Amino acid sequence: MYFDHSATTKTDERVLHTFMEVSTTYFSNPASLHAAGKQAEKLLEKARSQVLATLGLELTEGVFTSGGTEANNLAILGYVYANQHKGRHLLTTAVEHPSVLHAFKYLETQNFTVDYLTVDSEGRISLAELQSFLRPDTLLVSIMHVNNEIGTIQPIAECAKIIHSQSRAVLHSDCVQSFGKIKLDDEQNCPDLVTLSGHKIYGVKGSGFLAYRKNIRLHAISYGGGQEKNLRNGTVSVPHAAALAKAARLQVEEANIQQFQQWRDELVQFFSGIEDCLVLAPQASAPYIVTVAFRHVTGEVVVNFLQERGIFVSTSSACSSKKSGVSHVIEAIRLPKDFEKGVIRISFGKDQTTDEIHQLKKAVHQFMQLLKRGIRK
Amino acid sequence: MNWNTILIRYGEMSLKGKNKSKFVRKLKENIKVALSELTTLKMRAERDRMFVYTERLEELDRAIEILPTVFGIQSFSPIAICEPTLEAIKETSLKVLGKTETEGKTFKVDVKRTNKSFPLDTGELQQELGGHVLRAFPNLIVKMKKPEILLYVEIQREAAYISSHTFKGAGGMPVGSNGHSLLLLSGGIDSPVAGYQMMKRGVAFDAIHFASPPFTSDLALQKVEDIVRQLTKFGSTIRLHIIPFTQLQQAIIKQVPSNLTMTTTRRMMMKIADRVREETGALGLITGESMGQVASQTLESLTTINEVTSTPVLRPLIAMDKLDIIQIAEKIETYEISIRPFEDCCTVFTPPSSKTKPQLEKVRYYESFESFDEMVEEAVSNRTTVIPSQNKEEAFDDLL
Repeated sequence: MYFDHSATTKTDERVLHTFMEVSTTYFSNPASLHAAGKQAEKLLEKARSQVLATLGLELTEGVFTSGGTEANNLAILGYVYANQHKGRHLLTTAVEHPSVLHAFKYLETQNFTVDYLTVDSEGRISLAELQSFLRPDTLLVSIMHVNNEIGTIQPIAECAKIIHSQSRAVLHSDCVQSFGKIKLDDEQNCPDLVTLSGHKIYGVKGSGFLAYRKNIRLHAISYGGGQEKNLRNGTVSVPHAAALAKAARLQVEEANIQQFQQWRDELVQFFSGIEDCLVLAPQASAPYIVTVAFRHVTGEVVVNFLQERGIFVSTSSACSSKKSGVSHVIEAIRLPKDFEKGVIRISFGKDQTTDEIHQLKKAVHQFMQLLKRGIRK
Repeated sequence: MNWNTILIRYGEMSLKGKNKSKFVRKLKENIKVALSELTTLKMRAERDRMFVYTERLEELDRAIEILPTVFGIQSFSPIAICEPTLEAIKETSLKVLGKTETEGKTFKVDVKRTNKSFPLDTGELQQELGGHVLRAFPNLIVKMKKPEILLYVEIQREAAYISSHTFKGAGGMPVGSNGHSLLLLSGGIDSPVAGYQMMKRGVAFDAIHFASPPFTSDLALQKVEDIVRQLTKFGSTIRLHIIPFTQLQQAIIKQVPSNLTMTTTRRMMMKIADRVREETGALGLITGESMGQVASQTLESLTTINEVTSTPVLRPLIAMDKLDIIQIAEKIETYEISIRPFEDCCTVFTPPSSKTKPQLEKVRYYESFESFDEMVEEAVSNRTTVIPSQNKEEAFDDLL
């Protein structure tokens, strides 16, 4: 029973079919002059416009990347390098994905000033704080849409409105966890750069995308033959591009968010009823992520216990779970000390069943019984 | 309130006296074609303006996207229609303004009263409405000159029209209202812009392209078709005449000294184009020539090349800078197509250097040894004519 869809998903067979078909039939280099190359280029361009269309925002440009991490790096480093004459102040949140956070950490070593927005106990930023941090020389603001560890949804449209009306800065948003599930529903008040990833929506790993507004200038972060408007050098992988477009379309057409919401409500109620257990971001979280914390146990113990019963959940985010200690997101929401090492994340996917939810509840119940005995002793 | 209409104001053609009804008819036709994808659309043309109606809001939105590409429209506004009573007008005005961002914007009420029996006169009505709006939207700032929001109210006998937003049209004149020409289309950056500029002045046209297979590829042809397809969006359908040019081109290279091949090639192209123009009943030839841009576009070259015909050659780009031409090409989205890297017939056999001041006598002399006129006739009669349709077939649907 797989409850770790926010870490990654199983590739949909239809997406895989596209990947194979394109790899064998339209394998030509889209930069080649001959007819087969042009065919591949046409397919590539159609894939690009399809990804942009599923996003449904005022963004008309896009670059295919190797994944969310590269797209985040290209957005942040690429924008900052191309526009650094406009200012040296940057703004992001304390709860971003490491591929955003570490890009900013690097820029701090290059004489840029970075401010980090704090969050409340549910992981939400404050618009008032955003407003107070904006400066005339603020170049770029990066705010994720849905947090990968605790699921918090940030008010991106409001952020965009504030940033665009009160500063010269542009807004980048890491939408890896929300793409195809929660729409940025304000077409106009949308970020200027948006990061997407394929493998969280049943696409193939190694496929990502950076969408951006037409007037945005970016600088390459790697050098080569000038592909993808010289922003992403190296032979373009048309199979990855087509697979991402296919995955995006299927996700938008088939996502069943209402079902996720029901399960989430059920689990939130269940965990809230357990002593020594806290639901993180109970109000602010996306419908497909339930993160809970146990008192005086480590998340790893919970993961191991559930795993023995064939249930896969993760300790906060898979990316950082190999390191010991407490994640930066958990620190940022100031979880009480005796809870902060006991965090697990449950995330739903499209093949999930209600029966699995019940089995999960049962297993957690057993775990709590065991724990009680342990503590009493 | 009935929010289902767009009011279209005419451009320059509203000055055109007796020919006006012809212009209006043409514009109506063109708008109909441009909006043909909208199935519920109805139109009504008056002497000074036109109305487009649809019952479906999404079709109205689509119309607002398309109309700025249609020449002959000065501006247009989505309008709300209500009863011509003060109460209804007040209420509808608030609804209309409720759809726009009003925070901190400057604003003004403008009233036109066709129905003179309306109880309030224009001035009174403006005051009454302005006060009413300001009470509802206290953040608006009144400004008489160049307000950001102009609440326009027009009262007629049977209804009142209210709008708060005016979109800019493409200007110019309805395509087809100024006759038919033939555009020489190479596939480069300039010729599509030349076509666009003439369309803006109401000229419809066929296009002619010279192909030199096997030295030029199908992809070069594809590129020209794509350009035509893009240009079609600004007016009527465009027929594309494709001339088999290889044989003639080879004969020129064999017969004429290399520094004059370019001049003779252009002369032959001009002759062929003029013959096709004659057969299609077109009146002029359109080229993308710009003064001094290349060897064939010096005044001496233009004179020598132009000598083959007395047909008016329209050169809308003649006094434009390259950068300005590129800017238009980008705006009309032909630039990306034009820079695709395929050889065309002009670049296949580029001589090491061309005369910038070709002498007509010498050119005529060298041409006299070959029966070029027969070859011209042959090329004209062997041409293929296609109409690149606007709806390109959608491939890869099963893959994506």
